[in-house]
Formats: sequence, C-alpha cells, structure tokens
Amino acid sequence: MTTTAPSKDPGGAGLSAQFPERSERLPPGALETRHLSRQIGGRRLVSDVSVQIGRGEIVAVVGPSGAGKSSFLRLLNRLDEPTSGTVLLQSIDYRTIAPQELRRRVGMVMQTAYLFPGTVAANIGFGPRQRGQVLPHDNIVALLERVGLAGFADRDIGHLSGGEAQRVALARTLANAPEVLLLDEPTSALDEALVRGIEELILGIVRERQMTCIIVTHNRAQAERMAGRTMLMEAGRLVTIGPTAEVLHAG
Amino acid sequence: MLAELRDMIGHDVMVGLAQAAGAIALCAAVVLLCRWQAVRVEREAAVSLLRGLVQMVLVGIVLAVLLNGSLLIGALILLLMTGAAAVTAAGRIKGMGGALMLCFWSIAAGAGIVLAAMLATGSLRSQVAMLVPVGSMIIANAMNSCAQAIERFRAEVTAHVGQVEAALSLGAEPAVTVAPYLRSAVYASLLPRLDMMKSLGLVWIPGVMAGMVVSGASPVYAGIYQFIIVAMILAASGITGLIATVLMRRRVFSAAAQLLLRPAEADKPAPAG
Repeated sequence: MTTTAPSKDPGGAGLSAQFPERSERLPPGALETRHLSRQIGGRRLVSDVSVQIGRGEIVAVVGPSGAGKSSFLRLLNRLDEPTSGTVLLQSIDYRTIAPQELRRRVGMVMQTAYLFPGTVAANIGFGPRQRGQVLPHDNIVALLERVGLAGFADRDIGHLSGGEAQRVALARTLANAPEVLLLDEPTSALDEALVRGIEELILGIVRERQMTCIIVTHNRAQAERMAGRTMLMEAGRLVTIGPTAEVLHAG
Repeated sequence: MLAELRDMIGHDVMVGLAQAAGAIALCAAVVLLCRWQAVRVEREAAVSLLRGLVQMVLVGIVLAVLLNGSLLIGALILLLMTGAAAVTAAGRIKGMGGALMLCFWSIAAGAGIVLAAMLATGSLRSQVAMLVPVGSMIIANAMNSCAQAIERFRAEVTAHVGQVEAALSLGAEPAVTVAPYLRSAVYASLLPRLDMMKSLGLVWIPGVMAGMVVSGASPVYAGIYQFIIVAMILAASGITGLIATVLMRRRVFSAAAQLLLRPAEADKPAPAG
C-alpha cells in the first residue's frame, strides 16, 4: 500500500482491508444520533432517537413490526433524509460529508440482496468502481473466500441460491471497506439452516475489522447471539438501550 | 378575410359536409351495433365525433385565413400546440412537481430542433399552410415519445427501487443507479417510431404522401418526401425522449442523492420493521 492517508484514499484502505490477516486497523467508526427524527405526512416513522455507539460495537435494534427499525437504519446512511436531528460520524455531522462518500463509509446490507445483473465479480467490484478504482481480481477472490464462496467470481448472479446471494451482497458491501456496517434483517429471507452460518460469518468479519455494526432484527435470539447492546424501539421511539440480555428480558 | 371565408363555403365545403354526415351515419350504425352487445358508447361517440368535426373545420378555417401568413404566425401556432402536447404528456406523471415544464421543454426541444433543421435545409417552407401541418405531426409524435419515455422510466424505477437503493448504498452517483432504466425508457419511446419507419409504404401510406399525390405531385417525390417526414419524426422523438428522461432523472432524486420516487401504494420508505 502507498503512503497516502486513508482519509484521502479510501480505496487504498479498502484494498488492505480485504485481507483478514492484516492487523492494520481502520479508522474508528463511532456513530452518534442526535434527536434523529423522520416524519412523512402526519406519520412519525422515527421520533427523537439519540444514541451513542462505540467503535467496534455491535448493537441490535429490536421492536414490533412498524416500530421504525428499518426507517431508523435508513437514516444512518442518509438513504432517507431526517426531518430533524442529525447523525455524527466520528463526531462530524454527516450532512457535511458528500452522500457518496458517507455511504461508502457507512455500508448497508439489505434484507434482500438486490444484486445487479452480471457476474458475482462485477457485483463485488461495483463500489470501488464508483470511485474510479478497479478492485484487483485477487482481492475479489479473497473476499469471496472470506464469505465462503470460493470459486464463485465468474458465476452469473442468476445461478445463486438465496443464501449465496446474501453472502455476495455482504462481500459487495465489504469491498467498500466501510467503518460502519448496517444490517437490515440480513437473515430473514433465508432458510433457518443457513441463519447461524451467516451470523457467525458476520460476527467474525465485524470483529476482525473492528467495524461498528448495527443490526435490525425481529429475532430476539439473533440479537442475543450477536449484539452486546440492544435498542428497543416502539412507534418510532427509542424505548430503551442497554446490555442485550437486560433489554430483552425486561421487555 | 370575409371574402376568403365566403369563397371557402362553396361547393367543396357543402360536398364535404355531406360526406361527413355519411361518415357520422356509419359511426352511428357501429354504435348501435355495439349496443346490441351491451357496449354503451353512444354519449362518448357523439361527443368525440362532434368535437372532431368542429376542430377540423376550425383548423381548416385557420389554415385558409393564414394560408400565406408569416413564419412568426406559424411559430406561434406551433408553440400553442406544444403547450397542449405538454399538458397531455404531463398527465402521465401526475403528482410529480414540474412535470408540465419538463414535458414542454423536451417536446419543444425535439420538435424545435428538427423543424429548424428542415427550414434551414429548405425541405420545409415557412408558409403557415405547410409549416403547421408538418409541425403538428412532429409535435404529436414528440408528445407520444415524451409520454412513453417518462411513463416507462417511472415504471422501471419504481419496479427496481431495491436495486437503485442498493447502488446508492454502495456510493453510486444517482445517474449511475438508474442508467439501465433510462436506456430502456428511451428505447421504448423510440420503438413505435422505428416500427413506423419499417412499415412505411408496406403497411401504410401516410397522409402527407397521399395528400401530395391527390393534389398532383409526382408519386416518387411524394414518397421520398414522406420518408423525410418520418425520419424527422424519428429524430424529434429521440431528442424528446432523451431530454425528458434526463430531466426526469434529476427530479426523482433529492439533492442528497436520495430516491424520491416510490411505488404508488408505498407511502412509507421501507418495509415495516
């Protein structure tokens, strides 16, 4: 890697991050929301949520359907605009960061993989390509190996199973070397048998890379297996945030 | 002007009105036939037949009066037609702010560039009697192209919200995320005009050629001229479709690169969660 600072050359940092054995750490990914709210018409989707999440921390977001969990997550990479309040990424107001740069740094994996037509390799290289970088084939191979899809680079996405597609979506987001990883029900579209495998994979990668991770889940057992702290949301509001076991057993 | 009007209401016009009455009678018979199968179109058919006749008589009168009018008058009439076309096309994307101006500018650009080129090369004379009918054909096709392009673009984007947002989430520029849908929208808007070109002379002999031959022009020249008109229609449609989708692309994203366009039934941003 060149001597360019990671902040000026996010792709450079990204390439080094593709190798799990590298001990070099990414910049800290602390995240803070301040009175974060989003309202559409008269409906409050997210209402005055203020939380601080530390670097390397894994936080689960739980709550009933319609509690605003996904809406909250979509505000964190500014896929939707807050009506009021804001998000701080490493103490910097995220509205001062270009949306494209923000979304590289705050990666998101959705409930459905939504792969782009073409090969698996083209999907993995999509993020870096947006910044004019070509992800070397070796890095693509390494990323695919890491998510358990060795030899999948040249496959067409039409030939993937649901579990494979979700692993490609994860690798595609990781190719951007994000500091924060947002996961929106990443296993809810998968068969029960595949869920634990994906969970362990995500946990392993998040720990290796010291990523800050926020995972929306309707599955309390999943929150217990994955997250140190849990946020309970209801009707767009943050009811409580604390150690996962306490939050889940109090609810 | 009065003298001109008096001249027009001569033998020709009386014969024409009699023939129109015959055409209406045949349509009325078809309406009654429809009624036999409980298809009730009496009211709509009566209104549209009457409107059509009145509109065409009025156009005829306007053309008769302005037959030798200047380019300025012709341009003014075409501008009004463009406005009407924009209102019609904008109806396809109700609820999107600025739809009317978007349609107006893209139709005006497509038709305007092509008509200017035809005037400049002398393939179109600037008299109202020629400019207005040819211009109206081009504007009407640009209108259809505009409506088809924006409707298809909206349908494609709303059907691929997940892919678009996945690409945005990976740091893509908004234009990149909808590029495939822009392509297919422009192509879809051109397809009817391409088919029109292919079937030219085989399936249909369009009005301009028929009119020219009837009024004594050489059939070969009339055929070539008709080809030029259809080619210009194709060019105008292409320009209009491209501009309409590019202008619309800007409107479906916010300044912070957020997708604003949603399927109609989803008034919330994400599946409940």
